[in-house]
Amino acid sequence: MDLMDVIGPVMIGPSSSHTAGAVRLGLLAASILGEKPVKAEIELHGSFAQTYRGHGTDLALLAGLMGWLPDDARIPEARTFAGKNGLEYSFAKVNLGELAHPNTVKFKLIGAGGAVCQVIGSSIGGGQVSVTEIDDFPVELNGRLPGVLVLHRDQCGVIALVSGQLAEAGINIAGMRVFRTGKGGLAIMIIECDQKVAPETLEKITHLMAVKSVRFINNVL
Amino acid sequence: MAKDKLSLAAWIEESEKKGISLRETLIANNAEAMGVEPQVLLDEMADMLKVMRASIDYGLTGVRSRSKLTGGSAKKLFEAKQSNNYANLLGSTVSDAVIFSLAVAEANAAMGRIVAAPTAGASGVLPGMLFSLQKNYALSEKDLAAGLVVAGSIGLVIANRSSLSGAMGGCQAETGSAAAMAAGAAVDMLGGTPEQVGHAVAMTIKNMLGLVCDPVAGLVEVPCIKRNAGAVAQALTAAEMALAGITSFIPADEAIDAMKEVGDRMPCSLKETAGGGLAHAPTALAWAAKYFKAEE
Repeated sequence: MDLMDVIGPVMIGPSSSHTAGAVRLGLLAASILGEKPVKAEIELHGSFAQTYRGHGTDLALLAGLMGWLPDDARIPEARTFAGKNGLEYSFAKVNLGELAHPNTVKFKLIGAGGAVCQVIGSSIGGGQVSVTEIDDFPVELNGRLPGVLVLHRDQCGVIALVSGQLAEAGINIAGMRVFRTGKGGLAIMIIECDQKVAPETLEKITHLMAVKSVRFINNVL
Repeated sequence: MAKDKLSLAAWIEESEKKGISLRETLIANNAEAMGVEPQVLLDEMADMLKVMRASIDYGLTGVRSRSKLTGGSAKKLFEAKQSNNYANLLGSTVSDAVIFSLAVAEANAAMGRIVAAPTAGASGVLPGMLFSLQKNYALSEKDLAAGLVVAGSIGLVIANRSSLSGAMGGCQAETGSAAAMAAGAAVDMLGGTPEQVGHAVAMTIKNMLGLVCDPVAGLVEVPCIKRNAGAVAQALTAAEMALAGITSFIPADEAIDAMKEVGDRMPCSLKETAGGGLAHAPTALAWAAKYFKAEE
């Protein structure tokens, strides 16, 4: 934490968690989708569901999906812009259970190129965010560093191959988490990196053994 | 190895030893910690000041929030001040500070652009103090930028030893911290000694200790907006006492630690959850019920 964390950030009000954090969740979700979203079904849980209009959470989430930053003066007009930008959206309230953080959103997104993804994330205070689920996989992603998301078959050696490619590209791994549906089943790797990963490197990873898909996720903080 | 906690006393001692102002110590230390030249840091602060100034102007237009619960009070007080029968209880400096604080807090509630310093909910306090002192004491932009460094450094100590978040520590941690930051910065900008800065911080925290975070319907509106106004008045009260040489029996770092203890003991219902306090007043509950129904 440094001085700029206390004197800042510049943001559109009224709430760092319900507005600025919501923009970041939208940005992360769009980045995970990997292309321009054209359809967004947005479900709000807890305090997000209760107070979204008063806090402009709906506008903030749409703003993030459109790639805007938390200080974008257009945020109050995000619904109008979404219509103009060809982003079809809907908001619904949902109960994700007692264990879900009170400021939680579930996105069901469709991209311009046909990509589909489902992302669950929470705004955990002070504008900090945490993505906790991608396409039914439990994950942990806070948007502080660029990330690579690799979907693959659970198989011996895949992690070494992927990290090898990153090492070859001069990319340092800051953190890494792996999850699988079961032994030999579908698995996911979330790799936080100190550098952005070039498309060529992502392409190489895509062609590795047992890898199904690769996505690069931009940092949002 | 556990890192030593940040300490305002350490920076005060360092400045007194070197015979320099607190701002000189803090500008140098923060620039070093961020790996930038001091001027780069001050330029960043100048950018923040521009945003603050713009949010004051936006708030003074009389904006209303999206929920329609609040708005227009900065403009009302500003206009009252121009009228002949204005009571002027506060005097020029404090009333300007209150007007500007209300303006930023109302701009924030109306989805205007603000600097979250230290948080969005308490974003009115620092601009209120800074621009009132600039207007009433002819301070330069450079003084204001240095004041922001002092304020931010106090905030760093509070964040490190306690919390700046209402959800963690109640409103004392938000508007209370903002006021402590403003009080210390005001003393430094008006030429107070490093020790006086510490006393101003301590006295402000003592006066705002225990304040709960109880927003009506969970929105950053009631009581948040007027608490920004109250907080800036608290800050200037403490600054005035400190500049006169009045000292705090409890040192700043210990007052901050007390704030943490109080925050930890505060029930969850009084920490931003709208589960008690003013949020449970009959008028609040009735309004919230209507508001949530309209949200369906």
